Amino acid sequence: MANVEKDPVTGTNTTGHEWDGIKELDTPLPKWWLTVFYASIIWAIGYWVVYPSWPTLNDYAKGVWETTNRLEHAQEMAAVAQSREVWTSKFEGKEISEVAADSELLNYAMAGGRVIFADNCQPCHGSSGSGAPNYPVLADDDWIWGGTLDDIQQTVLYGIRSGHDEARVSDMPALVADEMITAADADKIADYVMKLGGQGGSDAGKDLFDENCAACHAEDGAGVQELGAPRLNDGIWLYKAGKDGVVAQITKPNHGVMPAWSGRLSETEIKQVSIYVHSLGGGQ
Amino acid sequence: MNQATTATGASDVAYNEDVVRKFVLAATFWGVIGFLAGTFIAFQLAFPALNLGLEWTTFGRLRPVHTSAVIFAFGGSIMFATSFYVVQRTCRAPLFGGKLLANLIFWGYQLFIVIAALGYVLGVTQGKEYAEPEWYADLLLTVVWVAYLVAFAGTLMTRRVSHIYVANWFYLAFIITVAMLHLGNNITLPVVLFGGDSLAKSYIWASGVQDAMTQWWYGHNAVGFFLTAGFLGLMYYFVPKQANRPVYSYRLSIIHFWALVFLYIWAGPHHLHYTSLPDWTQTLGMTFSIMLWMPSWGGMINGLMTLSGAWEKLRTDPVLRFLIAAVAFYGMSTFEGPAMSIKAVNGLSHYTDWTVGHVHSGALGWVAFVSFGAMYYLIPKLWGRTRLYSLRLVTYHFWIATIGIVLYITAMWISGIMQGLMWRAYDDLGFLQYSFIESVEAMHPYYVIRACGGVLFVLGALIMVWNFIKTIQGDVRTEDEFVAPQSAAAE
Amino acid sequence: MKHEIFEKNTILLTIAILITVSIGGLVQIVPLYTIDSTIEKVDGMRPYSPLELAGRNIYVREGCYLCHSQQIRPFRDEVERYGHYSLAAESMYDHPFQWGSKRTGPDLARVGGKYSNAWHVAHLIRPQDVVPESVMPMYGFLAEKELTFNDAGAHLKALRAAGDPYTDEQIAEAAADFTAQASGEGDVDAVLTRYPKAVIGDFDGDPSKVTELDALISYLQMLGTLVDFTTYKPEGEMAR
Repeated sequence: MANVEKDPVTGTNTTGHEWDGIKELDTPLPKWWLTVFYASIIWAIGYWVVYPSWPTLNDYAKGVWETTNRLEHAQEMAAVAQSREVWTSKFEGKEISEVAADSELLNYAMAGGRVIFADNCQPCHGSSGSGAPNYPVLADDDWIWGGTLDDIQQTVLYGIRSGHDEARVSDMPALVADEMITAADADKIADYVMKLGGQGGSDAGKDLFDENCAACHAEDGAGVQELGAPRLNDGIWLYKAGKDGVVAQITKPNHGVMPAWSGRLSETEIKQVSIYVHSLGGGQ
Repeated sequence: MNQATTATGASDVAYNEDVVRKFVLAATFWGVIGFLAGTFIAFQLAFPALNLGLEWTTFGRLRPVHTSAVIFAFGGSIMFATSFYVVQRTCRAPLFGGKLLANLIFWGYQLFIVIAALGYVLGVTQGKEYAEPEWYADLLLTVVWVAYLVAFAGTLMTRRVSHIYVANWFYLAFIITVAMLHLGNNITLPVVLFGGDSLAKSYIWASGVQDAMTQWWYGHNAVGFFLTAGFLGLMYYFVPKQANRPVYSYRLSIIHFWALVFLYIWAGPHHLHYTSLPDWTQTLGMTFSIMLWMPSWGGMINGLMTLSGAWEKLRTDPVLRFLIAAVAFYGMSTFEGPAMSIKAVNGLSHYTDWTVGHVHSGALGWVAFVSFGAMYYLIPKLWGRTRLYSLRLVTYHFWIATIGIVLYITAMWISGIMQGLMWRAYDDLGFLQYSFIESVEAMHPYYVIRACGGVLFVLGALIMVWNFIKTIQGDVRTEDEFVAPQSAAAE
Repeated sequence: MKHEIFEKNTILLTIAILITVSIGGLVQIVPLYTIDSTIEKVDGMRPYSPLELAGRNIYVREGCYLCHSQQIRPFRDEVERYGHYSLAAESMYDHPFQWGSKRTGPDLARVGGKYSNAWHVAHLIRPQDVVPESVMPMYGFLAEKELTFNDAGAHLKALRAAGDPYTDEQIAEAAADFTAQASGEGDVDAVLTRYPKAVIGDFDGDPSKVTELDALISYLQMLGTLVDFTTYKPEGEMAR
């Protein structure tokens, strides 16, 4: 090559070309660089031999270890199930009340229930069951569908108005919207409901309440859990609080929905989370 | 072929510098926009009220504005500017196609950027990362890109030197491969063709697992060819020019060029480890990513070792410092990348901020720094100034931006690894230890730190803009020369 | 040095680069279409109903995939938190796929049926009302936007051209199915026959009109619910 010259700094020859003043040295490939490059290729070839790798148009090399992500996962889960068997075998076939009565099992269930609750239930019922507007607090003793272990488990399993065949369903009528009573009546009833809860109000709507509401909510407003009719005399409101909220509910009620968790969570997980909920402060 | 005239810029060739000037200005503008957008959405993740409750300002719509502005608007304009500058000078030929073609490319590309960005804000997107523009914007880009190939390859073919310089191999590979990826990943069926009235809506022809593979074949190589091969081309011109030293190894250039362009294309499936993509594809993606490590480092070696005998210039030349720090960041990212492609590592890092940090050590440290170096080199030359307005401001820019990057990537390392570990943490009894939302809460301080890193990066860029304005105006700030002392304290 | 032939010939260099960069993509993409086991043979998958499709288009438009994945990996923690790992079959009608690459928020591959419609409404309008720690933007504007999907048939035709098995009947009835699914009125049975497991009803609590919120929730509520996992095991014909 015509213009090869020696670079005075490195002592290496140039290639003899020049572009806009840029020259190139003819330095050989660094040995360590080449070694590592070859090593990475050899490692790759080894990996191809043992794991699924090269495809054809119909199939692919399965690899001599005959493993896949999914098979490895199945093995891992089998191992997890086995390591848990000492616990799960105790859960299976036991009623939830029996689980709760055994302090060792109770601790175990509580540990499992905490994160199941946080990942699945907390988005509606809030951190530690502190509730949210339109979603009941689970940390108090005001239960719409019952606060015993069995009640809670039943609710978690099948949900409320979830569409599941076993779901809990209550259906308060739209008294005003369906013209069963007038708006003025609703106002009077709401006043009476406030009175029942000790939040002011008046007695004027008592007759109307007894006639239209007491069948489900009871004359003293204590509610009937078998019917899913909430207690009205404790000043705790699921939907909008205060008289306006009561009027709105009488006029055209909200009907909350809770999904059924059977199918999504295992029976053991449902027991655990039910026990956890029961422990939040209001379990009966 | 060795006239000294070309080196000093006094040349017998009528280079088209007008289009280079335009693209440098566009890159400066889009760079600031893109960095600002990124910093804003970083603050949104720390303080969600900043989404403002408006449909046009949610994270989901602004994130593509950020990525497209920095990759395609800023990075793309840098690519056009430097490739046109470099190809003309290293071929000693004017840009093929004349002023008309150059202007068509410039305005066509800017139009594409504006159409794409407006679309994102208004909710027009294909829903594929880094390939969000809808079919009509894709068509416009295709036209511009063909024109780009004609101008670039035409200049190579009319060159007045015997050999094609290595920088141009990389630029050419970038142009060809991006064309292939763009066409392959955007095969889409506009609803209007089927009698619909949804003008701006199309459905990607591929679906599910095949679409996922095609997307990451594209997406990974947008990194590999747009942000790596193209910018290596840039490096191969501006580092030896600024250092005034010969390129370290021609042989390394050849081997690492062909190895890089061959191997990079295979790395896409490492974005899909453990997904429902078949295992065999994941294996290929991972193994080729590992084999890609040394070819990537070949570029770093050639960049760094070009400074053999000129290392002391790093103390006195802040522009060279940008270029070399960029190459160092490139080396770091191209080590981290293969490491993250290992399935066991990826099982932890995927879906977390670690990936975001990795991308930004490459994007801020490598792509943006090497671009800043080239822009500081080009501005005085393109506007006929003897030197930059202020080298001291370049130094400030360098250190402020570097601190910004360090804050960014360390925050993301910590938050990413913490996320990955929290998601898979088990207590003594074998139950998940944390709920998902606990991991979200734990990220908050790191998201604040990351956003602050972004503020510093923007601040550095604004200092650069000021320096450019003063340089273009012809001002020269009186400041002490940088001297190379015995101690390391250069300033 | 033989390499000179590339350095002296632009066309040759161009062709050599094109061949070099083509190989990887061809080897990795083409077999995904030709190898039978790529998509598992499971029961239950069907194309999206018009309302779900409209919702999915909103999901894509808003860039939900930038923070939410729809891809559960076969890891212990992921299946315990999100449910069964995702199958390739479950995204076979997704144009484009929405597996995502970042989990700023949780995975949504099986969010269908996990929460009530009312929760989705509250959460989308102002996520912090129900999840105080959330960093998700507010999407109240979806509730304001009335949605008409007059050209639903054309959308289904485009998808059929892309390979989705929509029938002529589904295309002809697309607009009617859209309204029926969103309101619960009209020929709901026909919707359920054409799109088994579709979630019917007014989703956002405002039956007077179909909004973007209705459509988006109808999509979210069916995510991950179609495949019958009692018929799946990762061996034999289902293996890949």
